[in-house]
Amino acid sequence: MSAAPETVSGPLITADGIPLKESLQKSLRRSKIRAALLVAPPLLFLIFVFVIPIGNMLTRSVDDKLINQVLPNTFEAFESWDKVSEPDESMFEAMYQDLKAADKTDIGKASVRMNYAKPGWRSLIKRTARKIKKMEPPYKEAFLQADDRWIDGEFWLSLGIMKDKRTFGYYLNAVDRTYDFDKNVIHVDEERKVYNLLWWRTIQVSIIVTLACLLLAYPVAYLLATLPMRIANLLMICVLMPFWTSLLVRIVAWMIMLQQNGVVNDTLVAAGILSDENRLAMMYNFNGTVIVMTQILLPFMILPIFSVMKTIPPSYMKAAQNLGATPTLAFIRVYMPQTIPGIGAGCILVFIVAIGYYITPELVGGKDGRLIGNMVAYHMQRSLNWGLAAAMGTILLIVILIFYWIYDKIIGIDNMKMG
Amino acid sequence: MALPIYATTGQRIWHYLYMAFCVFVLFFLVAPLIAVIPLSFTSSPFLNFTPEMLSLDPDAFSVRWYKSLFGMCGDVEDAASTMCHNKWMTGAGRSLYYAVISTALATFLGTLAALGLSSEHMPAKRSIMALMISPLIVPLIITAAGMAFFFAKVNLSNTDAGIILAYTILGMPFVVITVTSTLVGFDRSLMRAGANLGGTPAYNFFKIQMPLIAPGMISGALFAFITAFDEIVIILFIGGPDQHTLPRQMWSGIRQEISPTILSAATILVLFSVILLTTLELLRRRSERLRGITPH
Repeated sequence: MSAAPETVSGPLITADGIPLKESLQKSLRRSKIRAALLVAPPLLFLIFVFVIPIGNMLTRSVDDKLINQVLPNTFEAFESWDKVSEPDESMFEAMYQDLKAADKTDIGKASVRMNYAKPGWRSLIKRTARKIKKMEPPYKEAFLQADDRWIDGEFWLSLGIMKDKRTFGYYLNAVDRTYDFDKNVIHVDEERKVYNLLWWRTIQVSIIVTLACLLLAYPVAYLLATLPMRIANLLMICVLMPFWTSLLVRIVAWMIMLQQNGVVNDTLVAAGILSDENRLAMMYNFNGTVIVMTQILLPFMILPIFSVMKTIPPSYMKAAQNLGATPTLAFIRVYMPQTIPGIGAGCILVFIVAIGYYITPELVGGKDGRLIGNMVAYHMQRSLNWGLAAAMGTILLIVILIFYWIYDKIIGIDNMKMG
Repeated sequence: MALPIYATTGQRIWHYLYMAFCVFVLFFLVAPLIAVIPLSFTSSPFLNFTPEMLSLDPDAFSVRWYKSLFGMCGDVEDAASTMCHNKWMTGAGRSLYYAVISTALATFLGTLAALGLSSEHMPAKRSIMALMISPLIVPLIITAAGMAFFFAKVNLSNTDAGIILAYTILGMPFVVITVTSTLVGFDRSLMRAGANLGGTPAYNFFKIQMPLIAPGMISGALFAFITAFDEIVIILFIGGPDQHTLPRQMWSGIRQEISPTILSAATILVLFSVILLTTLELLRRRSERLRGITPH
């Protein structure tokens, strides 16, 4: 150092003659860029194939553009209508122009949408559109001739629900509410209420399954954590095997076990516990969903609790007993509090997975074991009410993301381990 | 867990009750899977144990459902053989095809992500990690619905490419998780030593880092593979009739023409999962040995 006194007061310099601070910053920047470059391809892939499609679907839950594109004149005429008097010629003319100009498939889609606002729209539009080419003014008479329901003011009033490009209607439908013609939120008719019951049942099933898993998993996890390694590993196979077996195989297996002539009923009858005509109904109902989901999700509960228990030194329990606690007290006051992170992780994980279940309830749930996931699938594939499916999906997703966020805050995503 | 000799009667009773409970739970986990195996050898077309089977009558057992599974049904002459076709085998081939390609992609992308995310200098690490793992958390039905709309828009629905992309998304989080956790035990000074000895970063990666994180990559790949091989929700939403995979065949088997063929398929899949599980356990041991952690 004494050989080069001028550098002592100045900044430290690397062998290349660049100040050390700068050089370090540069290398830090470089390693940041390198890390970012590594992450970029998978991240972009995820964004394009996963995030954007889901985001896109979510926008469907509020989207009401199509109807405005198909019936622009009608909505304009609707605005100038006083909503009290009978619809006049100008409105019919607007409707005529729209129906004539629009594409046939667009009319079909729009009429489906209109049917959600007021049942009957679809057949009304369909029947009228068929005769639209031959129509001559005055259009009001021509329309009435095509279908006399056009005189019904309610159809025209229901346009008010659809005139905005964004609608909150699907979310309302998803919780058994709807708009009346003045866009006030009202309950749907008693006999058409289905969704609140399903939401409630989904939460109920998820909670029951979570608690059942906890109850079954805790003692087993404790056993696995305290047994000698070799035996524990062997028993661990019992836990992991269902985890690794095809979901559908497990469902088939449960069908064999739980059906009317299944193994469980046969055994109970043979043992004289049940009489032949009182066989238990454990399949294709609420019970079926709960039993099968519990078995499927049990490993998700056992594994996190086990891995936490594994880290608890047995000496703590011994120390507590040395200090005069009974084994039970030592277990409750010393051991159990330390397992709470594992319990939390397991419960959140099981709950998150359970709440979005679709396949199991579909196959073993029968009528009263269906969950909200089944409704999403139903509206996606059968009724084709995509707006409603998207709205229910969004609600479900928000609930799950809240729990996911809690999980990340408490346990940390990077602590998630597999197998 | 052994009971001390000085245990009181109460403690003994409690201990045995506890053991019985644990046995019950473990039984609950595996019993259905085990029940499938003998029943798959039934000779009757029904899915329940007949009295003849319980009395071990050899006539009650047969391999006819295995024959039907593998598409050999010419020699079975009864009504049930009419539902014999080879959709099982073609389905298995399809599933294998999707699973292999998507696993390769997922392993590649997932390893890249894990390497980047394990760097201490990675910005926004936690949020990106949460995002990368989110396909595991978001219900499949929502993923499937989103992809169904989107793929229809970009002409990917009912195509093999669409399904492979979707399965890659599902498999990637597993690889990210397993490789990240092997990287926790990775000693970075090894890479510096390699660089010091003149290795290029790429050379060092393939010669030093890759062999050490290989167990993580392989176990992640196994998870990705089994997920893709067993996937049913997405295929129902974005797959056309040409994408008839094994789970899809099982799905229609369960819903429509339930015959014991499905049990023979199930038995094979159970055995398959046992093999996978063993592989994974061996890998875990190898990884521990390599990293110098001996099992205690």
